[in-house]
This record gives sequence, C-alpha cells and structure tokens, in this order.
Amino acid sequence: MSGGFTTILRRDLLLAMRRRGELANPLVFFLIVLTLVPLAVSPSPEQLAKIAPGIIWIMALLATLLSIDGLFQSDYRDGSLEQMIISPQPLWLIVLAKVLAHWLVTGLPLTLLSPLLGIMLSLPEAGYWPMVISLLVGTAALSLIGAIGAALTVALRRGGLLLSLVVTPLYMPVLVFGAGSVQRAVDGFSPDGPLLVVGALMALSLLLAPFACSGALKISMHG
Amino acid sequence: MTSTPLLQLSDISFERDDRLLFSAVNASVAAGDILQVSGDNGSGKTTLLKVIIGTLAPQSGDCLWRGTPVHQCALEYASELLYIGHQPGIKSTLTPEENLCWLQRLSLAEKSSHTIADALGKVGLVGYEDVPCHSLSAGQQRRVALARLYLSTVKLWILDEPFTAIDRQGVTQLEQCMQQHVSEGGAVILTTHQPLSIDGVKTLHLGAGHSKGEQ
Amino acid sequence: MANWTWFHRLGSPKWFYEKSGRWLRWLVPLTVLVLITGLVWGLAIAPPDAKQGHSVRIFYIHVPSAMLSLAAFYLMASAGAVGLIWRMKLAFVAMKCSAPIGAALTALALITGSIWGKPTWGTYWEWDAKLTSMLILFFLYLGVMALQEAYSDKQAGAKASAVLALVGTVNIPIIYKAADWWNTLHQPATFKFTEESSIDPSLAWPFWIMIVGFYGFFAVVLFLRMRNEILYSERRTQWVRALVKGE
Repeated sequence: MSGGFTTILRRDLLLAMRRRGELANPLVFFLIVLTLVPLAVSPSPEQLAKIAPGIIWIMALLATLLSIDGLFQSDYRDGSLEQMIISPQPLWLIVLAKVLAHWLVTGLPLTLLSPLLGIMLSLPEAGYWPMVISLLVGTAALSLIGAIGAALTVALRRGGLLLSLVVTPLYMPVLVFGAGSVQRAVDGFSPDGPLLVVGALMALSLLLAPFACSGALKISMHG
Repeated sequence: MTSTPLLQLSDISFERDDRLLFSAVNASVAAGDILQVSGDNGSGKTTLLKVIIGTLAPQSGDCLWRGTPVHQCALEYASELLYIGHQPGIKSTLTPEENLCWLQRLSLAEKSSHTIADALGKVGLVGYEDVPCHSLSAGQQRRVALARLYLSTVKLWILDEPFTAIDRQGVTQLEQCMQQHVSEGGAVILTTHQPLSIDGVKTLHLGAGHSKGEQ
Repeated sequence: MANWTWFHRLGSPKWFYEKSGRWLRWLVPLTVLVLITGLVWGLAIAPPDAKQGHSVRIFYIHVPSAMLSLAAFYLMASAGAVGLIWRMKLAFVAMKCSAPIGAALTALALITGSIWGKPTWGTYWEWDAKLTSMLILFFLYLGVMALQEAYSDKQAGAKASAVLALVGTVNIPIIYKAADWWNTLHQPATFKFTEESSIDPSLAWPFWIMIVGFYGFFAVVLFLRMRNEILYSERRTQWVRALVKGE
C-alpha cells in the first residue's frame, strides 16, 4: 500500500527538481512582496516590528495559495490524474504524497527563509522561534486545505482565481492562530497555546483533507 | 471454458447536459476477445471507455467484472485493468524510463518478464531512454505510453485511439502485440478509426438511433 | 423496505412540486402574519433599551438574520451530504437554492450590524468577533455559489459545491472560535456586540416571534426557488409540459 505513496512522492519531487526555476517562484514572490511593505508603509523599525508577524504570515499564506493551484493541474491535463484514480492504490494516499511533496518544495523552504524576512522587517527577537515553528506546522495545514480547493477547481478553465475565493476563508483560523502565536511572543506572553492550536488544525486537516481531496478529484473527472 | 465473460456491459446509458449520448449499450468481452468500439466523432466512444474504467458514472446500467458489478470489486478490477487514453499520463519533463517506472509501480503490477528497457526496445525507442519526453515527437511519446502494453501482466486492456500518430510499421507491431495478449487469455477494448487487420474482432457501434426519447 | 418508499418519493421532483404547492398555501399567510406581528411588536411596542435607546431595535432584524444565515449554511451542507450519499437529485436542488438565500441573509446581518455600529461605536465597521466571522461566512457562501456556477456539468458542479459546503461546515465553528480568540488578543471592543443574558424578558417575546418568522420566510423562499429550479431542470418531461399547457 505504501508503494503508491513513495512512488508518487518520488515522482513529484523529481518533477519539481526538473523545473528548478519554477520551484523558486513562490520564494521569490515571498521575498519581493515583503520588500514592498517598508516601501509602502514606512521603513521605521518600530512600525515594521508591529506589523511583521502578520505580514510574514499573510505572505506565507499567499505564496502557498499561488503555488497550490498547480498541485493537480498538470496531472489533470496530461492524464496522470486519471491513471492515479483508476490505479489499485488508495487515492487519498496518493493525494497525501502529492501534498507532502508540495509542502517539501514550498512550505519548508518558506519556513527556512522566514528568519531572514524577520530581520528585514525588524521582528523582535522573541518572535523568531514561534514564527519558525508556527510556519513549519502551519504551512503544512495550508497545503492540505489548499489541496481541497485545488482538487475542486482542477477541471475548470479559470480555476486559479476561483481557488483563492474558495480557499481563503478556510485559511482564516490557521492565519489567526499562526500570526497570533508570533504576536503573543512579541508581546511577552507564552506562544504555546496558539501554537498547539495550529498543531491541532494541522492534525485535523491531515485527517480530513486527503479524503475530501480524493472525493473532489473523482467529481472533477465529470467536469 | 464457457464461464462468465470477463467484462459485461449491461444496458449502459450516459447523459451529459441533459443530452443522451448513448443508451442501452450492451456488450460482453470474454478472454480472447478484441472489441472495437466504433462510431462517428462525438458519438461517445471515449466517454464509454471512461465509463468502463469507472471515472465516469453512467446514468443507468452496470459494468460487470467476472459477473460482479465493478463498484463491488473495485480493487480487484483496478488491478486487472490497463487504460491508455488520449492523454496517457506521460510527464513531459521525465524520461521514457522514468515515466514507465512510476506508471508501473502505481499499477502494483507483478514483475513482467520484460524489463522497461526491453519494452522501450520493442516500441523502437532504443537510445531515447534518457531523453525527456518533451523532446520526443508525438508518435514517439505515444510509443512511450504503448510500451506499457509490453510490461503489462493484467487481463484487460482499454485503449483509446492507440494508433494515433503511429506509423504503419508501428501499427503492425501493435496489432501483433494485441493478438499475443488475447491468445494468452487477455482481452482488449479499443476505439480506432482505422480498420484492423486482425481476424475475429468484435465491434460495437455507437451513434445514430440513440436519440433522447420522452421520459 | 416499506419504510424507504417515502424517502424515494421525497427524492422525486414531481412529488415535491405538488406537495410544496399545497404547503405554500398555508405557509405564506402564516409567515406574513408572524413577521408583521414581530415587526410591529419589536419596532413600535417594545420599550427602548436603557443604554442604547431606539438603536437596539435593529436587533429584531439583525439577530434572526444572523441565526438564519448560519442555520442555512448547515442546511445547505446537509442537503449536499444527502445528495452525495444517496444521489438524490432533490437534495442538490435544495442545496443550490438555499445558497443565495443564506448569502443574502448573511449580507443583511452584516448591513444591519454595521448600521447598529454607527450610533454605538461611532463607526460603520468595527472588527468585532461576531461580525468578522459573519463576513467570513459570507465569503464561504460566495465560494460555494461561484464553484457551482463554474462547472459546465451541472451535476458535477452540485457535487463539488457540496464537498466545499461540507468542508466549510467543519470550518465554521473553528472560524467562530478563532475570531473570538483573535478579538481578545487585540484590544477587545469596549462594548460587546450581543450579550444574550442582558435581554429583558419583555423584549424576548418579539425576538422569538421574529426568529420563527425568519425561519418561515426562509422556507417560503426556498420552496419557491426550488419549484422554479425543478420546472427548469425537468422542462423536457411530460408532467412539466402538461402543467405548462394546462395553465
């Protein structure tokens, strides 16, 4: 049974490596848009420090949202998705492998890049660990939830815009608790509570998203 | 040997956007059969194949695999099925070898007597093992997908226009491959516009006469 | 097995069309009566609030519409689930038709909420926890409706939006909790939006009447929309043709 999981995980990572240029796109987006913030708001460290936790989290969310659009897109177009659906492997496991591959090439690098952005936005020191941990777990939840939207819109011609409409409201709790944990740490409180909630949200999406996705993908075949 | 046929289609009808594409399609495919689905463009050949593989649900009717409705033996059915569609699932950034490798592992196939290199040799792609598929011609890409036939150990092949973009020599080879498969107790369902030069091909015609009646 | 026949009849559009016609005959006048009673009582007879004066009266519209918008989402998701599990056509019709009503009620709750906010907070929009979750609920409705519209195959569109509605249902309580927590993180509003406990019993009666009235209103509009939808989707069948010619 795990054969399908490792096969698809290896395949998707290999595909990502073949398109290294595209791999960097969400990261570059993350970085560029963050550069806009001081330009638009103010370069004063006090002001930036105030909005840094929120801005970093919003950017991570948008970067995930932009990249999740392609999760099933090319597989749908070249018939791979059809092969996955009719294969004797459980589809939810295949979906899980694809989401994991997506997280490994977007969420994880975003998390690793985030301390740099913290420096650029003069995030107070207390915020770094909560930021890294909340992003590490939170981006996984974002990938999982986003995958549902990607599966629902894969067959639609202008799916990208619709995907953000469908998925953004679902992202709200992860954003609130993710950014909130950093904010609390910056304000001098313990970030443990909201961090645990982010973990719980991740666990819940891990439990439900693969099944919702496989249902949605089968429906998409009719679209 | 006259047991239940491998696959039976009983009274299948399919509707899309309130338009009846086909209705009351009946057919049975036994071991050793080649069934050619024919019909004009838009008569629903591809749709019928997708109903057979189970990605589209018919409005009414059933597909029976060895006498059991396929949704009751989904796993067993899935592991005895090979489908090559218009879009055969070949990733253009992967090499032919990598493509066959993931497709093979996905289908949980038993080890076939052929290796991937053998199969690529059979379809005339020796020397292209390490070339990404996007730099192959349309016909060569098609051949990559068709190489799966030589690796296959499953009973039922479902092929949607397998001859598209394949040259005449390739067509002959493919026909031989199918004959070999059915002679070993397999079965093939295919759509094609080309007349087949194989004896004993059953045909199923879709099209005219299947207009929608009053409910 | 006999137990199941009613269930399948319920799934038949024709059966529903005939039955709902009869239901509407008494449901419409009853709803109008209840709504008028509630409105007159709430807007004219009930005494003004000690602290907020007459502006509190907008609650007689705001609270029922907020309640209904949430209930409508659950109803929509349940209908979607029934449609997915039992492949019942009528359930998808109900789901499709309740989405715009729910969205409209959510919009009404948001608008009345911000009108109330002007005299109370001094601004039309305050990032209050309840209003914020309401706004996100509104976005969820928009997503469900847009997804349904985007599919060319109607059945697939209905199924896809049913999945989304179900995912949304899991999310709604989390969204409400998240908004609550978020509100305490940043300075909580000095004046909480609704404090159920603070309602005087003399004010509670028109509330209940309005809530019943809103449920009635929802049912009436839902049935009317469903009947319309059924006529359109079954336009090729004998009984609809006969109905159209006969009238």
